[in-house]
Amino acid sequence: MASRKSSSKRQANKDKYSVLLPTYNERENLPLIVWLLVKYFGESGYDYEIIVIDDGSPDGTLQVAQQLQGIYGAHRVLLRPREKKLGLGTAYIHGIKHATGNFIIIMDADLSHHPKFIPEFIQKQKEGGFDVVSGTRYSGNGGVYGWDLRRKLISRVTSFLSCSRGANFLTQVLLRPGASDLTGSFRLYKKEVLEQLVDRCVSKGYVFQMEMIVRARQLGYSIGEVPISFVDRVYGESKLGGNEIVSFLKGLLTLFATT
Amino acid sequence: MTKLLEWLLGVSVVVTAWGLLTFDLLDLKVPQVYREVVWPMPVYLLVVFGCYSIATVGYRVATFNDCEEAAQELQAQIKEAKLDLKKKGLKF
Repeated sequence: MASRKSSSKRQANKDKYSVLLPTYNERENLPLIVWLLVKYFGESGYDYEIIVIDDGSPDGTLQVAQQLQGIYGAHRVLLRPREKKLGLGTAYIHGIKHATGNFIIIMDADLSHHPKFIPEFIQKQKEGGFDVVSGTRYSGNGGVYGWDLRRKLISRVTSFLSCSRGANFLTQVLLRPGASDLTGSFRLYKKEVLEQLVDRCVSKGYVFQMEMIVRARQLGYSIGEVPISFVDRVYGESKLGGNEIVSFLKGLLTLFATT
Repeated sequence: MTKLLEWLLGVSVVVTAWGLLTFDLLDLKVPQVYREVVWPMPVYLLVVFGCYSIATVGYRVATFNDCEEAAQELQAQIKEAKLDLKKKGLKF
């Protein structure tokens, strides 16, 4: 009787979720995001691990991560740091290599993505057997907090940091991707799907996130969506700049011409 | 086929059709009324698309969900997290 119970429990919990957290100067946010992850995963009962990929942050992010490892255990908080800032794509590759889960969750470590949505992502994936589940700020009751009117307006027409309405509109017209939020980086992937995509994507930065979804569509992967709320930077400085607009447009046109 | 090629193909088909009708290249002897309608079509369609874009983006800006509650909930959880972590021995 006891063995039947434990074997069915083992079967139901075969899935393990690896959360990749690339960090750079997130000393203040890291403990909070880890605490939230532990809270929501703990409540949901899913098996998980958190992989912190720190790119040599000068503010002591790695030391804080080590403390968190001490508190929550090395099986929950894994540290896979790198010497210097090497970019998001390579951070994912690095993280995947050390991930023991069969699903990978990517998200921002700056509290703009809230772990409370993760059980919803997991549910959605199970419901539809999706290869990718993407958090969207642009449909359902997804949305944004913390953008003033100026930012909303700018972001509508040219900015792209979180792919404002205008940039999103342009992207939808040119690429018709079949997903409502392209530069969103709060996503759940099947591990082998993420490996395939990271292998094929060549862009850098935010365009990289767009390319992932576009290529996923190309390769015929199924994409589910979950509305999320995006709360803009709690601590730290936003990395939005003027020439990112230019590189967004360049990236968009490149995707337009090559996919 | 890339999106760029799709667009180029689409545009050339439309331009060809427009050219054929407007300049009567195939000698179809299309009634004058039709020609007068087709002739300004490209400009007209561009203007319509422009208006649609502005209206859509404008509408979406206005209705962009402002997640007031999400922000407040997060602030409350941050306080809770800090207390709990201090208890567990984290030195901030």
